[in-house]
Amino acid sequence: MTTTLTFAIMDAPFENSRTVTMFRIMEAALEAGHDVNVFAYEGAVALPFARQAPHANAVHGRDTAAENHPLPRVWIEALFALAAARGRKLDWVNCGLCVDERGVGEAIAGVRRGTPVDFWKMSVDSGNTLTAGTR
Amino acid sequence: MAKAATAGGPNHGESDVPNYLLIESRDHFTSQVVSGHLELAVGLRRAGSAVVLYLVQNGVLPCRAGADSGALHDALAAGVEVLADDFSLRERGIGERDVARGVKPASIGIVAGHLADSWKVMFL
Repeated sequence: MTTTLTFAIMDAPFENSRTVTMFRIMEAALEAGHDVNVFAYEGAVALPFARQAPHANAVHGRDTAAENHPLPRVWIEALFALAAARGRKLDWVNCGLCVDERGVGEAIAGVRRGTPVDFWKMSVDSGNTLTAGTR
Repeated sequence: MAKAATAGGPNHGESDVPNYLLIESRDHFTSQVVSGHLELAVGLRRAGSAVVLYLVQNGVLPCRAGADSGALHDALAAGVEVLADDFSLRERGIGERDVARGVKPASIGIVAGHLADSWKVMFL
């Protein structure tokens, strides 16, 4: 049965593998036909920052293409694409104050600005909620 | 009074105690807190809940056959279902046949499924 699942994440990009694990759970939820809400708080608001850029790796002698550096914004774009392909909803809310603190207001398409009240509303209206706080 | 769930099995509507899925991403060789998490899993199981421990990232390292992971075996003996993320196993070169007896490789879709089934899921 289709339900809505809410996820809260806090870790900044390029910091913690738990973020990737949360992305994998979100992907699995969408693949299973569920709608997904995401509330990004603190450093996690930089995950969908549109200006993240891949880079070369001179130490390893690789150019940008060969390095193929993974970017969180690309993974999030893939989640949005998956939701659209499956006819499901992915609602991504970035905490606005956290965005302003970090100057990461330029987010990829689909990301909206909100407050922790949105997280509360998402949780109340969801079948279940999973939080991955910082350690 | 809560009714005990069948050892290792889900607690589907058998009682009013919640079912728990605990996600562990660290190994006890690196972090002492993992031992406390395993004690939590055993405690919840003994309180009558069905408990799944989902090992992911470096959390899969102690489930290699031959690893010194007594606490993990204590959890299995208590009836905690221990699952190891198949992707994390592959990343670390641990074959499914290298996993300790009782631990079952599983895809991460298990977590989404248990969330949808209203289990209490905690990322430890």
